[in-house]
Amino acid sequence: MAQHQINYTQSGGLPVALTTVDKILNWGRSNSVWALTYGLACCAIEMMASGASRYDFDRFGTIFRASPRQADVMIVAGTLTKKHAEFIRRLYDQMTEPKWVISMGSCANTGGMFNTYATVQGCDRVIPVDLYLPGCAPRPETLQYAVMLLQQKIRKESANKSQKPKRLV
Amino acid sequence: MMRPYTPKDNVQAKAYYTDRFWVAPKIPEEAVPEEGLYAEDLAAVKAKCKVLNAYIQRGQLVIYINPEDNITALKTLIEERWYEMLSEMSAVDFLAERGGFEIFYQILNLNTARRIRVKCFVDEHQAIESVNPLYRSADWAEREMWDLLGVKVNNHPYLKRLIMPDDWEGHPLRKTYPLEGDEFAQWYEVDKIFGKEARDIIGPENRDPARVDRYDTERFARLGHEVPKGAPAEELKKIEEEGVVTPVHYQEEEGVFLVEKFNKAPKVLDKRK
Repeated sequence: MAQHQINYTQSGGLPVALTTVDKILNWGRSNSVWALTYGLACCAIEMMASGASRYDFDRFGTIFRASPRQADVMIVAGTLTKKHAEFIRRLYDQMTEPKWVISMGSCANTGGMFNTYATVQGCDRVIPVDLYLPGCAPRPETLQYAVMLLQQKIRKESANKSQKPKRLV
Repeated sequence: MMRPYTPKDNVQAKAYYTDRFWVAPKIPEEAVPEEGLYAEDLAAVKAKCKVLNAYIQRGQLVIYINPEDNITALKTLIEERWYEMLSEMSAVDFLAERGGFEIFYQILNLNTARRIRVKCFVDEHQAIESVNPLYRSADWAEREMWDLLGVKVNNHPYLKRLIMPDDWEGHPLRKTYPLEGDEFAQWYEVDKIFGKEARDIIGPENRDPARVDRYDTERFARLGHEVPKGAPAEELKKIEEEGVVTPVHYQEEEGVFLVEKFNKAPKVLDKRK
């Protein structure tokens, strides 16, 4: 007696699923976007809230990692000071390809209200950014939506493309 | 007894046309009383070094001394009068008015809860002796004073910048330092990470919050109205005029390899059992 019923109306009657290499690689990548813990200022509170149980990033496969070598996405959450710019670049360089960057909040996007000598006027002066989130600070929903957009972006990319050297910034 | 009447008309509107750099009225200075703890404190300092000026302000004794006497005066106040705690010390920029800095030491006697402010004036390039051997809290305070105002401190154990990076040029808390930074500050991170030759590629900072950039619509979009990077102008216009909303798209909707969409509909009851 058969323990498992096979649905012959699907998948051409075969108990297999067909896909492409691109699709399965991007499926894996987009559903395990591990984020680097990168809280710099008050946006970090919202980032922490996004990771906690109410908004629950784990269900997207986004798990915060404390090491750049295990991370796929860097969420720049907060004000980037000029003193720190050197270190954000170093951590970005230590992340393994493929890697993405989400710039979270006004300060990381443009320097925000800190139009001063000590603040980097947008983290895209130092590292290449994929997604900019507006808000001061953005709600956890916004960050969630950004991760969903990033997943869509990853799924659109070709998985096995030759890795071009990234432009300077 | 009635308070003297001061006319208060035009108080609200006055803020709009008065000088932004309005000088605050001076807090009244009273003479040091003949007797009491402060008189004894002042006498103890006067016995050891020259006092230029002394008065009571907001109930606290202020003593002006020469900058060479700062160790002598503070040591006397610690050993003879038990002012053992340095609450705060820093300098005030008077370069434009008097060509120097006014250094103040706010000290506290924990037994009598009395405070004294010891002040001295140094010229722009004049160094002052470190009070770190007397007060441990002066360590970082003097480093901060050097970092942000550029007042040199002699015989400090580790005089290094406290807040700004070590290779910074200039002292940002001076009144002559521009808020948006000088050329060094504006290119600091670019020069340090990529080198000076990358300045042309990266371009100057956008310090104008009202500037509209050609790339704004490509790089920023309203939530729910996202457009792909480099979208043609017609597409942007269509989105603006017709309010086309980018649908929130869940990957489960199309059906994903190995993922079964969760369907809770069969479990919802129409009525209570």
